Amino acid sequence: MKYLIALLLGTLVGAVLFLMLLYHNPFAGNPTVSPLLISGQQLMDLSYSPVPAESIAVINSGEVPARPSPDGIDELWETSIKKTRVLVAPLADVRGDLVGIGIKFSSDSEKTRLLNAEAMVDSVWHIWMPDRGSLFIDQTENLWPYLRDVVMPARLSSSDNWRGTWFGITTAGPGALRTARVTGGSGQFAGFVSEAVESVSARAWMVDGGPAAVSGNLTIALSPQTAD
Amino acid sequence: MIKTFSIGILLGIALAAGLMYVIPAVDQHREASMISVLPNDGNAETFHINLPEDQILQSPSNTGEAIPGGLRWPQESGLADAQTRLYKLRNRNDIVVGVASRVTTAASGNDNAVEWTLHLPARGSIYAMLQPTGDASGVHAGSMLAGTREFANLQGSVRESFVDAMDETGRIELVAALAGRLEETP
Repeated sequence: MKYLIALLLGTLVGAVLFLMLLYHNPFAGNPTVSPLLISGQQLMDLSYSPVPAESIAVINSGEVPARPSPDGIDELWETSIKKTRVLVAPLADVRGDLVGIGIKFSSDSEKTRLLNAEAMVDSVWHIWMPDRGSLFIDQTENLWPYLRDVVMPARLSSSDNWRGTWFGITTAGPGALRTARVTGGSGQFAGFVSEAVESVSARAWMVDGGPAAVSGNLTIALSPQTAD
Repeated sequence: MIKTFSIGILLGIALAAGLMYVIPAVDQHREASMISVLPNDGNAETFHINLPEDQILQSPSNTGEAIPGGLRWPQESGLADAQTRLYKLRNRNDIVVGVASRVTTAASGNDNAVEWTLHLPARGSIYAMLQPTGDASGVHAGSMLAGTREFANLQGSVRESFVDAMDETGRIELVAALAGRLEETP
């Protein structure tokens, strides 16, 4: 009997050890250098805020920390879209001037492999800039470093929040250099095909309310590739 | 006893790793694709939006008020000219399968455009641009500009029509007729 108890206790300790190793995996880095910065291409930066109070609309199932806003907006409660989030946000250029509106659809991805430190999200941006035209950006994001360094510490904190300085590049594909794919729609971007990278800067995150001081940035390469 | 405990630790590590490998962390619910086969080996799929129940958001414009009422839309020049709408998207069986955005734009120096992004979480997304003016029967036709995952290697047309549209009720029908991309011969 005592051997059985020792085996069960050992199994439990082993499982906990494994989860701790997974969480503190030293090989799971946080990419911070954009492959576009070293490409020599002309770049366009668009920044946005995922904070509900600073965005136009935050839409989700209502079961995540960031509550749907504004008041009265429909929730994504249906089974097929329960793991999907929509952000509608003003987009600003590097000078902080409002230049467009972006709609971001994000869904938890079945490519998620926690063993490989990959918490994947399939996301697309539908961007419209009145002076320039429209763009569509599709990407796979890896939110594992963000979850590990920001969200989990907030959840484990007795004050239910996290404060600090965190920066990371979330884009992890589909491009070979971990870049997103950009397709032009109307205006100056008609027929445009390029690459982009999305990054996130966080300073505060709360269990009740989600991102409190977080900003996102889209860096888009303006040197067009040849469209198919 | 220590030996048994150590074997237990190894067993626990192996069990945890095995379970995480076998059990998917994310399993998106997927409805069956309701497609009909086209003569060119492509397929056509019809989605629809029931109005007003499937409308999630509407930017304020000359033709309608903001939905929901408390929506704060930027009033900067140009931004207020675009009509942005978000909807829940249904399949032929009237089951919600995704979300969609419809943006009517007037890009500087260019004609108006009607753009759709259809996002189906378990399958992928479609980005399409349609003619701003409909034909005699009110159908807006256009083409898919980009697709992701299941739609990544497809091309084709997308048509939008308003069925039984009366004021803010009725339904929007979207028909995507897609086929594999033609490969260029050397």
